[in-house]
Amino acid sequence: MRRSAALVAITAVLLTAPAAVAQSPTPTPEITPPPAPTGVLAAVQQRGQLICGVNGALPGFSVLDEASGTYTGFDADFCRAIAAAVLGDAAAVEFRPLTAAQRGPALQTGEVDVLIRNTTWTVGRDATWGLFAPTTFYDGQAIMVRSDLGVATVEELAGATICVQSGTTTELNLTDAFRARGLEFTPLVFADIDPTYAAYAEGRCDAVTSDRSQLASRRTTLADPTAHVLLDEVLSKEPLGPVVPLNDDQWFNVVKWVVFSTVEAEEQGITAENVASMVGGENPVTRRLLGDEGDLGQALALSNDWVVNVIGSVGNYGEIYDRNLGPETPFAIERGLNALWTDGGLLYAPPYR
Amino acid sequence: MRAPPRPLPSTPPWRDTRVLAVAAQVAVLAVVAVAAWLLVGELLSAMAARGLSFVPGFLDTTAGFEIAETALDYGPTDTYRQALLVGLANTIMVSVVGVALSTILGVLLGIARLSDNWLLSRLTAGYVEIFRNTPLLVQLLVLYFAVFLQLPPVRESLAVGDLAFLNQRGISLPRPLPGLSFGAFAAIVGAASVAAWALWWVARRRKREGRRSPGLRRLALLLLVGAPTVAWISLTEAPIVLELPQLGTFNLRGGMSLSSELAALLVALVLYTSAFIAEIVRGGIQAVPRGQREAALALGLSEGAVLRRVVLPQALRVIVPPLTSQYLNLIKNSSLAIAVGYPDLFNVSTTIANQTGQPVAVIALVMVTYLILSLITAAIMGVVNRRAQLRER
Repeated sequence: MRRSAALVAITAVLLTAPAAVAQSPTPTPEITPPPAPTGVLAAVQQRGQLICGVNGALPGFSVLDEASGTYTGFDADFCRAIAAAVLGDAAAVEFRPLTAAQRGPALQTGEVDVLIRNTTWTVGRDATWGLFAPTTFYDGQAIMVRSDLGVATVEELAGATICVQSGTTTELNLTDAFRARGLEFTPLVFADIDPTYAAYAEGRCDAVTSDRSQLASRRTTLADPTAHVLLDEVLSKEPLGPVVPLNDDQWFNVVKWVVFSTVEAEEQGITAENVASMVGGENPVTRRLLGDEGDLGQALALSNDWVVNVIGSVGNYGEIYDRNLGPETPFAIERGLNALWTDGGLLYAPPYR
Repeated sequence: MRAPPRPLPSTPPWRDTRVLAVAAQVAVLAVVAVAAWLLVGELLSAMAARGLSFVPGFLDTTAGFEIAETALDYGPTDTYRQALLVGLANTIMVSVVGVALSTILGVLLGIARLSDNWLLSRLTAGYVEIFRNTPLLVQLLVLYFAVFLQLPPVRESLAVGDLAFLNQRGISLPRPLPGLSFGAFAAIVGAASVAAWALWWVARRRKREGRRSPGLRRLALLLLVGAPTVAWISLTEAPIVLELPQLGTFNLRGGMSLSSELAALLVALVLYTSAFIAEIVRGGIQAVPRGQREAALALGLSEGAVLRRVVLPQALRVIVPPLTSQYLNLIKNSSLAIAVGYPDLFNVSTTIANQTGQPVAVIALVMVTYLILSLITAAIMGVVNRRAQLRER
């Protein structure tokens, strides 16, 4: 009787134990579920397409390529990188060309998901337009003049007429630069990029000012590129990078780490060709980066192998740079400040862990 | 005594047309108010969701940018409000000059269209068709890039001696400045003008009485022309000095100048609007009964007098209302200045909207400003319209 009672008691305990465990708040190990996509990230995934605001008239950064029928350039490739990370498909991008004056309101009203349009990072824009992801291109403002004017410094441009685009930091920096030197000048302000350079090409302005990369890019579209020279003086710092709308931390993290992943990939020597072979490798840094270890991708609300998608479709930072602005292109802009920190430049990605 | 009349049965409110009329108006007003409140609420909540906010007083911050052509004093250290006022001054100037020139040209073209001269009427018809049927922006860009910017560069300006220069940056003319004896000169010219006007008035009075006085009119003209000439020659110091444009390193400095941007904008606006005004004038003239013209000719009036004294005064009734619309169109079309870089109100406001990050507030401000300009124009034309209407006894 006692043995059967004990048997019954043990069976009862065994049968009810799971129920008891399930009902009582026993301390289980902390497993936080991966964060769900919200805000812009959710909207992009639901739409199946990323809407990217670009320049559209800046060869080397974003321009409509007649051969392929789509936008090519440094900024366009970063749009594709984000699409590859979020949607797994680098081609799922809708490019929206925006003028300098349209880009702020377009981002503020949510018309574009991300703005990658050679936009300078300033405190005013950080507060009003949106949050700036890490700088993809460290640039400076310069002035382009015709070589036959024989002008070599900004001081010699006193009294000149200078073409500039409206709604840009270059407009303000130009005024500051001439005020600081106590010189006068006449600005000619256009809303669009094409009339600005057309007026300069016709000789209406003596000089045109913008970011050095933009001047080098647009110089290739002029009738005789060798007849124009960029003055050496750098008028201001122009860190160019992607911008995302305010009040969306998750999307900001995604875009931020897409940029950092390309830099980190270049630092680790991962290229578009060898990324497939580097998956499952031995190096713990690359294992974490490519998603073999840890759930860092899920912490960003992406898949764990999102870096593989990014590098596999657009390559690392160096490949993006060389493809669009490197020695093989008409621009041949030197890496300079845009080299890795190990090569004396400013590109530095925080650790991926 | 008759019994007092019985009171009429009153209509219940829901059938009373006066009550219904008032109720309908109140209902429409309520609908409009609710719609506006919903839209504004939607705007504010959407802005809050994206972290945007209205910053009151952003107009008082330093502008930091330079404006090329200013009628008022302006520098980069002035406020955004000052920049907007400069843009507004430019817009008003373009509008006033544009309205005046396009009216003159439009009236001439309208009359020419009805001319008996086959070539003149065909050419005018062709002009009207071309300029009415092409977009204004296209006309403006063609004028600016294909016409004005193709003029010779500054160093090779077409020049009239040292006085006037024409180049791709604009026209530069000497600027008259008051000299040392300007006060005396102005007084003499003023006195001569008053005397000439008085003589002319006397001559007109005598003409109404039927007495001719050619001598008086000739004397008035002589005074008007002769007195300033004599004064100029006899005054030892020059009353007016000319400031000539000088070629600097890059641009012409000094003198009066009309930039290519402003010239292109004005020419495009005038050509475009005058084509519409020509058709309005033509329609007005054709609306006057043909018998008026025939009767005037039968009285022996010349063609010009028929037009001036009989047909056009009656045609004005029909012409003035559509003319108001064309003036309003011109004022709003002047915002195309942004395509050629002329700093009008809209151009300046886009820069401000971008630099301050307050596009909604700035656009609302600009819309209200254009609305006020349009209302003022419409009010002035309303007065003109009342004067042109038929006065019935």
